[in-house]
Amino acid sequence: MLSKFRPVMVLLLAALLLSLVGCAPKAAADGPKTVKVLTMQQAGPTPEEMNEIVAKFNEANPNIKVEIEYVSYDALHDKIATAMATNPPSYDVVLVDDIWYAEFAKAGYLWDVTAKIDAQTKEKVFAAAWDITTVNGTTYGMPWLLDAKYFFYNEKILAEAGFSAPPKTWEELVEQSKVIKEKGLVEYPIAWSWGQAEAVICDYVALLFGNGGSLVDAEGKPAFNNEKGVQALAWMLQTIEDGISNPASVSYVEEDVRNVFSQGKAAFAVNWLYMYELANLNADESQITGQVKFGLMPAFAGSGVESATINGSMGFSVVDKSPNREAAWEYVKFLTSESIQKEYSAHLLPVWSGNYEGEALDSLTKLNEATPVTVPAFKAQFPFSHVRPKVPYYAEGSKALQLAIQEALTKLKTPQQALDDAAAKWVELQAK
Amino acid sequence: MTQASIPRKTLNLRQQEMRDGMWMLLPGILIIFIITLIPVLYTFVLSFTNTPLSNPRPQDFVGLANYLAFLKSQQFWQAIWRTFYFTVVSVGAELVLGLAIASLIHSRPPGWKFLRTSLIIPWAVPTIVNGALWRWIYNADYGALNGLLMSLGLITKYRAWLTEPATAMNLVIIADIWHSLPFVVLILQAALATIPVEMEAAAAVDGATAWQRFWLIRIPLLQPAILVALIIRTVEAFRVFDIIYVITQGGPAFGTVTISYLTYLESFSYGHLGSGSAMSFLISLFTLAMALIYIRLFYRPEVRA
Repeated sequence: MLSKFRPVMVLLLAALLLSLVGCAPKAAADGPKTVKVLTMQQAGPTPEEMNEIVAKFNEANPNIKVEIEYVSYDALHDKIATAMATNPPSYDVVLVDDIWYAEFAKAGYLWDVTAKIDAQTKEKVFAAAWDITTVNGTTYGMPWLLDAKYFFYNEKILAEAGFSAPPKTWEELVEQSKVIKEKGLVEYPIAWSWGQAEAVICDYVALLFGNGGSLVDAEGKPAFNNEKGVQALAWMLQTIEDGISNPASVSYVEEDVRNVFSQGKAAFAVNWLYMYELANLNADESQITGQVKFGLMPAFAGSGVESATINGSMGFSVVDKSPNREAAWEYVKFLTSESIQKEYSAHLLPVWSGNYEGEALDSLTKLNEATPVTVPAFKAQFPFSHVRPKVPYYAEGSKALQLAIQEALTKLKTPQQALDDAAAKWVELQAK
Repeated sequence: MTQASIPRKTLNLRQQEMRDGMWMLLPGILIIFIITLIPVLYTFVLSFTNTPLSNPRPQDFVGLANYLAFLKSQQFWQAIWRTFYFTVVSVGAELVLGLAIASLIHSRPPGWKFLRTSLIIPWAVPTIVNGALWRWIYNADYGALNGLLMSLGLITKYRAWLTEPATAMNLVIIADIWHSLPFVVLILQAALATIPVEMEAAAAVDGATAWQRFWLIRIPLLQPAILVALIIRTVEAFRVFDIIYVITQGGPAFGTVTISYLTYLESFSYGHLGSGSAMSFLISLFTLAMALIYIRLFYRPEVRA
């Protein structure tokens, strides 16, 4: 009886198979192209501003549709790596952190744009910015975000404690913090991003270099477990025990630091440039507007270092396997262009060096409410910034160092033991 | 029907039905094959290689090296231990609390319908949202937990909750229990509803105490439902990932890195697809083993009265 259904079954099966085949990606046809962008919603322009930039881009390029997807910084690396496993990849343009360029270049994810950058562009963008997107002489994208961690302080709290200037050394910070604590102005004077994420490496690098240390030596071997590195880590632990560093720092990333500082619960904070506008000028986001000031990142007394911080810069790159590479590159060029970067400089300073000299500097500092303060802060702090090693195994090496720092901060191991174990892991990774 | 018929006619009705049934099952089998079996086999093959994530075609065969490396890896065994701890505490608490709440609802206290409905809410919340919720609750500087404990006078100043590995693990477990408990309650409560009232009433007449009625009538009759809840929840808890990713990112000091989280780090953060696949395979073996143990221990063919 049922056998009369057989043709129906065969038809259904055929339809199923066809629909599966239909899932296979089609080659991009002529006509409108879609450029899919993966970026992050922390630092840099807000999503509203990013959409405005797309609208402006479309005035000149009506045929290129731009779709932007945002993830948190801590999800970005893994999201890119998994998206690259498909063909064609899920994105055409990706935001790449300084420390991932070596890994991604080795894996062949990114399009070589060395020949596409004209001499004028090459000349006008900071040389330090090109170092971000360049691996072994090959350039894999346009630099976009030239950032460092800055030292912020709450002027009102410091004044109430009787201090007219921010600390110049970490020792001085401890002294000021003790007074602030004694006067009951805040419970924990400084908040850090020491959670188990890249954020803790950034803060540690600032302290490490501020103590005259470095992550690796001239031969690329791990150097963070020497005396300087151990001292920096021991200092971190000591400030938690003394109630100077917020003990919750061990579970915090940058956004937590911003929230605590913006609520007036910390006198000092270490964070990226984006915090300035949000904490000092944006009343929806902050209870301490008008009280936020920049100080030069302190260093340890007797280290011979004036200031040291982390260089956390990023670039936009075109995906090598993208079917729309040319269209994607057009968008990247537009997004990173001098005029767009100047227009949206409230949360992000331009990578174009010409803006920081002479008359251009005047106009840059007058672009919006933030730049009169952020531009001088950048000029003062950025020369003291240090990059992390550009190595293909960075993600794994960094995780080992994150673990070591947290093991020391939670007293599972001594700072020396923890850093020695991480150094052994780095040596093992280098040997692979 | 004529005599000179095609051979198909010689099939009896049962065979015919079988054959048509096969045709009907074929699309389903095909889909299962494509979306389940092929990836599983692919993972199995990858687990014997050093394939990088950047080029996910099986390459660089290394035999059992990935599996042998785990045996020696301290991080791996610590993750396994944490996963067992998470699973036992989480599922154990859910079962005890689930049984208590299901019994409470079963006794029809005033407002039991409201209780039953509102219980579903935590379960309806997506795990990621649940994680974000608890991350806020546990926040040391503006979290609700500190606020609550302060107003109750249980603490004198705000505490940092997620900065000590063992505490962080227990707090993640509480968040997981909050999310998964409704599922256990639902299963047990539905099973309770099928137990004839007369059985417990008759036992009461015969002089059985409430304790005896609970242990000698209710528990044995609930056994199949408990088994179902136990297997489903154990397998789920053993693979826990998302709630940890949101609340602690595996921190502090890897204190909440379970085996699934380690697999994620290995495969996607470090890009070692080969050893990541080997780890996934071990997780499957562990969960399968646990399901088999449960069935051996608890499953008995129904005894008819």
